[in-house]
Amino acid sequence: MRYTSTVFILFLVGLFAAPALNAQVVGKHEKGAFLFKNATIETVTKGTVKGDLLVEDGKITGIGTSITAPAGAKVVDCTDQFIYPGFIDGGTQLGLIEVGSVSLTQDANEIGDVIPYMDALTAVNPNSVAIPVTRVGGVTTVITMPTGGIFPGQASLINLVGYTPDQMYAGFKAVRMNFPSSGSRGRWDRRSEEDRKKDEEKKLKQITDLWEETRLFAKVKEAKKKDSSVKLNYNPSLEAMIPVVNGDMALLIEVNRDADILSALRWIKKNDVKAILTGVAEGWRVADSIAAAKVPVITGPVINIPSRGSDRYDRAYANAGLMHKAGVTVALRTNNTENVRDLPFHAGFAVAYGMDRQAALEAITITPARMMGLGDQIGSLEVGKVASLFICDGDPFETSTQISKVVIEGWDIPMDSRHIQLYNEFLNRTPGVKD
Amino acid sequence: MKRLALCFGLMLVFAGLFAQTEKGSVHIKNGTVITITDGVMENTDVLIENGIITRIGKNLRTPSGARAVDATGQYVMPGIIDAHSHIALDAVNEATNVVTAEVWTGDVLDPMDVSIYRALAGGVTASHAMHGSANAIGGQCETIKHRYGTYNPDDLKMVGAPRTIKFALGENPMRVHGEGNRIIPRTRMGVEQVFRQAFSEGKAYMEAWDAYEKKKATDATAVPPKYDRRMETMADILKGDIIIHCHSYRADEILMLMNVCRDFGVKRLVYQHVNEGFKVAPELAEFGAGASVFADWWAYKFEVYYSTAYNAAILTKNGVVTSINSDSGDYIRHLFHQAGKTQRYGGLTDNEALRLITLNPAIQLGIDDRVGSIEKGKDGDIAIFSAHPLSIYAVPQMTIVDGIVRFDIKEDSDDMRLDVNPETTDNMMLEYDEDHRCMEGVSEQMHSHKH
Repeated sequence: MRYTSTVFILFLVGLFAAPALNAQVVGKHEKGAFLFKNATIETVTKGTVKGDLLVEDGKITGIGTSITAPAGAKVVDCTDQFIYPGFIDGGTQLGLIEVGSVSLTQDANEIGDVIPYMDALTAVNPNSVAIPVTRVGGVTTVITMPTGGIFPGQASLINLVGYTPDQMYAGFKAVRMNFPSSGSRGRWDRRSEEDRKKDEEKKLKQITDLWEETRLFAKVKEAKKKDSSVKLNYNPSLEAMIPVVNGDMALLIEVNRDADILSALRWIKKNDVKAILTGVAEGWRVADSIAAAKVPVITGPVINIPSRGSDRYDRAYANAGLMHKAGVTVALRTNNTENVRDLPFHAGFAVAYGMDRQAALEAITITPARMMGLGDQIGSLEVGKVASLFICDGDPFETSTQISKVVIEGWDIPMDSRHIQLYNEFLNRTPGVKD
Repeated sequence: MKRLALCFGLMLVFAGLFAQTEKGSVHIKNGTVITITDGVMENTDVLIENGIITRIGKNLRTPSGARAVDATGQYVMPGIIDAHSHIALDAVNEATNVVTAEVWTGDVLDPMDVSIYRALAGGVTASHAMHGSANAIGGQCETIKHRYGTYNPDDLKMVGAPRTIKFALGENPMRVHGEGNRIIPRTRMGVEQVFRQAFSEGKAYMEAWDAYEKKKATDATAVPPKYDRRMETMADILKGDIIIHCHSYRADEILMLMNVCRDFGVKRLVYQHVNEGFKVAPELAEFGAGASVFADWWAYKFEVYYSTAYNAAILTKNGVVTSINSDSGDYIRHLFHQAGKTQRYGGLTDNEALRLITLNPAIQLGIDDRVGSIEKGKDGDIAIFSAHPLSIYAVPQMTIVDGIVRFDIKEDSDDMRLDVNPETTDNMMLEYDEDHRCMEGVSEQMHSHKH
């Protein structure tokens, strides 16, 4: 009898547990009109508003006091709750890597040094288990980027909702570039200083050549428009570089060492590209130069060790704040895949170590939005903007704060993820040890 | 008389051992004292005399020779303890055999590792300097105190702390030995048999020595068995003198090692990482095994794909003694923040969350009679924070080890290295991977930055 009942319980548990483990299936999203009432609304750009926020058809259509709910709108009481704009992570591999050590689940790093035509968006897996895990933490929108080589491909801004990469695409793409460096790669890097310098110069030459070839390629392409007999070889790299060389498309330049940052700034000036510096771990050493060059920065992770043994222990924590204080436009990133949900904690650490809280909040909302030319669409709570937001019971930088609702592009996101499902299943496991 | 002299001599030796490390007196005044074992006390003083907490109370008088520290508006908590770290080590893995119980990280301590100072700057006063996870049975580990400033490796050792040893399950030993060297284990079946063989051999070795000792009493010609340090260690585990700290991820392998330990009568067992511990929390609680987990790491390898950041909360609520560890020169600096994540993921109380980085790791290392809470008679290991240590805005202000201030934010200078070479510039490394060392020392081909 005991045996049969155990089997029966196991059967029941199995019945409910099996779908729970297909954990990217977290439920239906819901779109419609929502009226969030009596909230503390942190608009980011227009201060704090006590009142109501109305979402219709994916947009914010009202912020104010005593807004009447339109017919059919779902009314959510937000007394003692806060509404923040969805956080934006300025650099991740979310959707591109599923399991860190399993190469066949890694789609960020293609073969080749100069492959700017590789498009991260095409390899974004909308069903990555990490996506629901991330968005229930209030991070709604991320730049996901390819890695490796000099030009690893194009990064894309994606919303963490949707079943196809195109649905997720959030309106910004940029070519990524790893700026050459003469620095040592690590303890295992056996190249002499001279060899490292040679490697750096070789790469810089490759870049200069690429610029010249792209200009020529663009000219030939123009000529071909007028004269179809002009021969134009298939060259996806040069094709992809045309908008960058023309200054129409942004170039995300990954650079971290102080000397390399200065050399990148000179290079940017010379080539007149639309540049955003990324990484910038040693930005605090040359913050005035970055500010003077007026090149914006996406820096992070904030929670990291200093880049040199001789550095003060808190340099990585303080870097964003020090650059901001010097007048640099600073956005933040986690540079992570599975723990992009930590973004607000990175902002919190930046504040603890000197960054103004408003600046840190902007660094994961409106600042990256503006850098990407999307300042009028995302990154703050304003009427007319995309309804990507979340509701929480306190300061979202604090780990004790709970997030109760996330809306992305007007979609009410199920507050579920593999991590939450495993918690629900195993907190009071049945059968337990003696059942 | 001879015996008395011997005793006295031994006492001198021990006194010498203890006297090696510096001890001090500090009077921390008027802080919010988080004792862990006796609640939170507002406007309270903690007095450390000669390295030991002697009084906790209000408006205490500063004894002469004690340094007075004003902690008004600040939070005073026990020094944070990391039950899994690889800082202060010159080598991590002796990856040449599936069983290397004979080696000991205590032989390769590096007191000049600046990571020790950085850990202090995160309020961490003690850590478990562990062997890596390349072997099913790795080397013995050393529990250290962060007495940064000394050039003597032995000064780091927490004399009197129980011996510990690193075991490892799953992918790492399978990859290094099965895939890499074509020897058992290539599977989790093989991992089990490595333990059963090593324990059986250790048991036989122990019995052979016991038989010899017995025989020796009556037979002067008795021949001792061959001395084998690896087998000595296995025998000491069987005797209960060494705590096993086992790198583990999956629920099945966690259960396997508990079964093996039961069969050999081994009771002192702590699981490290134990990402799927939440799945077998009732079994862990029943066995009495500890769990030392990451706050939220997952998906960096396949065996941690089915993980949850709620692990610590589930384990805690199921009665498992749980700690949060770093396994990283980065994370060791913000364990207070990692502990805070258990409030986002599982709603632990402040005290439950802080126990994960104080008393619980102390229990897992067998040093809870000396550290892990603010109590009279315990070591003067204290961390002082600008705000509640679980707040994201909390900044460690001062860290005290044995009554000696080892970190003071007001006296912090940029370069805190002890081994500065004036001939080389300290350039930035582009791919700085100093913080993850669990698989360090495994051949270049198997080079992995992950755990």
